[in-house]
Amino acid sequence: MDETNTIITKRIDNISFGIVSPNSIKKIATVVVSSPELYDADGYPVEKGLMDLGMGVIDPGLRCKTCGGRLRSCPGHFGYIQLAKPIMHAIYSSEVHDIMKAFCGVCGKPKIPEDRVKAYKTRIANARRTGNTDIIGVVKASVLTQAKKFKKCPHCSEKQVTIKLEKPTTFSEGDRRLWPTEIRERMEKIADEDLEIIGMDSKVARPEWTVITLLLVPPITMRPSITLVTGERSEDDLTHKLSDIVRVNQRLFENINAGAPQVIIEDLWDLLQYHLTTYFDNSISQVPPARHKSNRPLKTLAQRLKGKEGRFRYNLAGKRVNFCARSVISPDPFISIDEVGIPASVAQDLTIPERITEWNIDWLKTFIKNNDKYPGARYVITDEGKRKKITEDTKEQILEELAPGWLVERHILDGDVVLFNRQPSLHRLSLMGHRVRILSGKTFRINPAVTKPYNADFDGDEMNLHLPQTEEARSEAENLLLIENHIITPRYGLSIIGEVEDALVGLYLLTRGDTELVRAQASELAIAAGIEKDLPKPAGKEMWNGRQIFSMLLPSDFSFEDETFVIKNGELIDGALSEKLIGPESGILIQRINSKYGAEAAKDFINTMNRLGLEVVKNRAYTMSFSDLDLPQNVTSKIRTAVEDSENEVLDILKKLKEDKVSPIPGKTVEETAEAKILYALNKAREVVGTMLKKDANENNNLVLLAKCGLAGMLNLSLMSGFAGQMSLRGERIHIGYNKRTLPMFEKNDLSARARGFVRKGFAEGMDPAETFFNAIVGRDALMDTAMRTPKSGYMQRRLINALQDLRINYDSTVRDANQRIVQFEFGNDGIDVSRSEEGKINVKSILAEE
Amino acid sequence: MSNQSWLKNEIPNYLMEEVEQLAKSRKLSAAKRDEFIEKVRQKYHSMQVDPGEAIGIVSAQSIGEPGTQMTMRTFHFVGVSALNVTLGLPRIIEILDVRKEPKTPSMLIALKSSHNRSREAAESVANKITEIEVAKVVKEINLDLANQEIILVLDSEEGRRYGLTPTQIYDNLIPQIKGNEIKKDGNIRIIIKPKESDIKKLYKLKEKIKELIIGGIKGITHALPIIKDEGENKIYVIQTFGSNLKGVAEIPEVDFTRTTTNSLYETAKVLGIEAARQVIINELVSVLEEQGMPVDIRHILLVADLMCVSGNLLGVTRHGVTSQKSSVLARASFEIPLQHLIAASIIGETDKLNSVVENVMVNQPIPVGTGLPDLVVKMDGAKITKPKKKDGEVTA
Repeated sequence: MDETNTIITKRIDNISFGIVSPNSIKKIATVVVSSPELYDADGYPVEKGLMDLGMGVIDPGLRCKTCGGRLRSCPGHFGYIQLAKPIMHAIYSSEVHDIMKAFCGVCGKPKIPEDRVKAYKTRIANARRTGNTDIIGVVKASVLTQAKKFKKCPHCSEKQVTIKLEKPTTFSEGDRRLWPTEIRERMEKIADEDLEIIGMDSKVARPEWTVITLLLVPPITMRPSITLVTGERSEDDLTHKLSDIVRVNQRLFENINAGAPQVIIEDLWDLLQYHLTTYFDNSISQVPPARHKSNRPLKTLAQRLKGKEGRFRYNLAGKRVNFCARSVISPDPFISIDEVGIPASVAQDLTIPERITEWNIDWLKTFIKNNDKYPGARYVITDEGKRKKITEDTKEQILEELAPGWLVERHILDGDVVLFNRQPSLHRLSLMGHRVRILSGKTFRINPAVTKPYNADFDGDEMNLHLPQTEEARSEAENLLLIENHIITPRYGLSIIGEVEDALVGLYLLTRGDTELVRAQASELAIAAGIEKDLPKPAGKEMWNGRQIFSMLLPSDFSFEDETFVIKNGELIDGALSEKLIGPESGILIQRINSKYGAEAAKDFINTMNRLGLEVVKNRAYTMSFSDLDLPQNVTSKIRTAVEDSENEVLDILKKLKEDKVSPIPGKTVEETAEAKILYALNKAREVVGTMLKKDANENNNLVLLAKCGLAGMLNLSLMSGFAGQMSLRGERIHIGYNKRTLPMFEKNDLSARARGFVRKGFAEGMDPAETFFNAIVGRDALMDTAMRTPKSGYMQRRLINALQDLRINYDSTVRDANQRIVQFEFGNDGIDVSRSEEGKINVKSILAEE
Repeated sequence: MSNQSWLKNEIPNYLMEEVEQLAKSRKLSAAKRDEFIEKVRQKYHSMQVDPGEAIGIVSAQSIGEPGTQMTMRTFHFVGVSALNVTLGLPRIIEILDVRKEPKTPSMLIALKSSHNRSREAAESVANKITEIEVAKVVKEINLDLANQEIILVLDSEEGRRYGLTPTQIYDNLIPQIKGNEIKKDGNIRIIIKPKESDIKKLYKLKEKIKELIIGGIKGITHALPIIKDEGENKIYVIQTFGSNLKGVAEIPEVDFTRTTTNSLYETAKVLGIEAARQVIINELVSVLEEQGMPVDIRHILLVADLMCVSGNLLGVTRHGVTSQKSSVLARASFEIPLQHLIAASIIGETDKLNSVVENVMVNQPIPVGTGLPDLVVKMDGAKITKPKKKDGEVTA
């Protein structure tokens, strides 16, 4: 049956945990393993060996002796090994230790008076009833401390000797070693109802079951062997370990039957114990790990579950999927922000199942006719759930049989909704729904405006694409995941998608107030942007200005105002568009449009702006050249004086320090005070130059233009054409270290600006050797910081998600966890969804303004 | 969503206040005002979170995601740039871990109006608070080997600076060096004589005495008065390095109601869980703000509430919040799976599969978001028989 056709009739309600008893082992096992041999001379599995065909098949062509199934159809069956002597279970040994501490070894009664026992039992029973399992641990601890006080058993008056556990599995009473046989006997004596007091549920876990007499052998399907190219068989680590166990076990049997001396038997017993211990867990600290021939430690049961690559995190909490694709991404500013460009080669590989109805049957038949040619189909699924491959040969017959109710797995088409994702998926905006747009080329294409939520760039980034395969999934993708539903980030309620790069430059140029357009130009811009409106009344004589063009894409009742930017009734009155207004992670304008006119309008607004901005840049062109870094003569000399001034100030402070004239700041020494003053003076120099450049900024300079748009800071500019300034490491100047100097060209104990990492030149002019080193030091430090931060914040994120993943909003608006425990009565005390809010608030004033 | 209107007909107080204020200042008529309120109410309802929303994940991501962009640079100057405090990612991790002792414990002590006007007054309190070791108020510590004695020569001038008279020093010393004879010799010398004579022990005792605290509040190594802007008037508060809420509470000049520490654990112990919750919120907000990472307060509130909801401070670790989960599989999938499985097998735990991960594990819809709603079908005539559950042994 195909899963798309399946109605789920059963679901798992709960999963219970317990210990497997010898009886149930016998019940579920199909083979008693007793031969250490795996295969005979012909390479056929040996009967009663670890690869017995009764435990499942992994070879094609063979049949399972138990169920008659073949490879894949037989799930595998358990077997068991009859151990010659009981063996302790290493992982349960501390539990066994606790039990022996709590119960008398002779009479099997708890080492506390009867009335107390009763009280403990009710406490445990209550804990179980309320599902408060951590109370059980508390009760158990108090039972143990109670029991410790009794040197004599309160029931049979037997003197109690402290029982020691030498980890992992060796028990002793006083000086006498307790062998598993005796431990097992003691465990058996304990009555079911008494076990309650240490929280053991005797229905599913009797203590003697932790002392192993029958060892369950997992099915072969759980430990398949692989055949190497040489024809040699390579067995799974578990099979290796099990065959060690069988071998030693057989030897132990033989020695016992032959009446060998006790010492030899005990040695073998311990050896068997070692093998079982490492079979369960090969990373117990006191036990040397069992190794493969190649000296690689074996991966046994515990190792299969543990850690990031273990069963839990790798296979259970994370799943692999079909119907997905991955490729390099590249930008295409001419597609909509909610589209994704998909190469035709991918489009022919991926399919979406579509149900046949009488209305679409003819349409879907064209896909089947096309078969492998682009808009084609690969499979059909009949109403009985049978999957049929469409080929040139089967095509005709399928077309004939086709009926409503069948599914056709057709190629993806323009307009289908797919999921697009970039790792690391740090927030929900890392996976969003896009509409398909088939394009030529071999990469996935996205609009650069949506790089921010994915944190993507185009330097070789790859992204994943997933196709929703059921109606429910497709509906969720369209209604919840589509880009337009995620323009506002739930982190702080502002738009995370906005104009970037060229489009932003274009929009700034258009709206800064000096753009005059004749009718032809104005209409050309409007058409390119896709604005379907008549041009407004010209501002000048048959002349339109840029702001008028931009106003065309504003709704007529939209108003907005801040210090430098005014929109009144859909008319841009004053101010130029910049990053602050329409950029990603800030775009207040986009946020306003979104909250007033809805997500779709906001999406269209971004798209239209995008096209408009690009059209402006296409006509005007934008570039940058080295000469943009040149500064006028008078500015450079001013910068030079500023730099020299600050250097002199440092010398001044140093002189004062030498003369002991520096008065210390409370809590600091004189030297520290001087150092702080120096740092302040040097950092001030950068500020001085920064403001100087800002004052002098001319928009004919392409870099300044970039800064005005908000795409680069004035700082970038001053670093390049001004000077780089003090290189600071952990908030301090570069230290002079053991040799009392930073670099060999300086004198020892030189505390001047240059000798401690002050770079007096900009990147354009170039640095001298010493400055290069200082710059590299800071650069390396930043690199290290990033390298160390990533795993730390990743772990923090994992813990946060794990702790909070079950919290959800209930129908009564409370926030509760999986146990229905109320964490908040209303989310954030007012129940506001941040991604629907206006920067986390409701803008009451704007509601009033609408009156 | 409009479907919630039957649940709540009100808007939160803070919104109502804002609305009333605006209505008053714009002098709206009663009818206009009601219309306005209705509009705000509609807007408010349109902003509500949908039932089923996996709000925990959203909040966790909102706090975790900026973590990748934060600096690891631990220290930052506070106030007069004399003291450092942990900030950035390490501090956030520290808060979420609920470390018993923060890396840089620090307090902000508010003063009563009698002492918060001038630097001198504030400094006198600061000096009183700072812990004072014996070494700070003695001129010298001599060993009299012949008599097996330690002789402390007090520096009366230094003592006065810290507001300690020789008698006070003497009195403070007595309970701290029990088992040794102690006597005063004049106003300047204190002689300490151990009961048994052992030169090695004598030396050790001398070193120990040097570090004994005879004044101030234990744990507070530095205290500095700083200026805090409170609207128009400037007020002196004391910033400390080291934290001791209980100790500071006993100082009469201190306005304890406005005194805070950055130590969560201590706050919870001294002031209770609600105060600790507030400290979590304040600290997270201030760190994120300092780093320039905008995160909505609601996300922080949710994390803080979850950490405090049990009545005890629980960290976002496997020992804290995660250990409280009822699902065995959910705990096992986070960290140390073996221990969880073993413990579950012994007490015979049952996983009811009512949270997220377990259902992911068994390929079932998760009880969150669109996986939450169930269809209830009324079947006429047809009886629904529930399969009986069997207790008993684990079998295949």
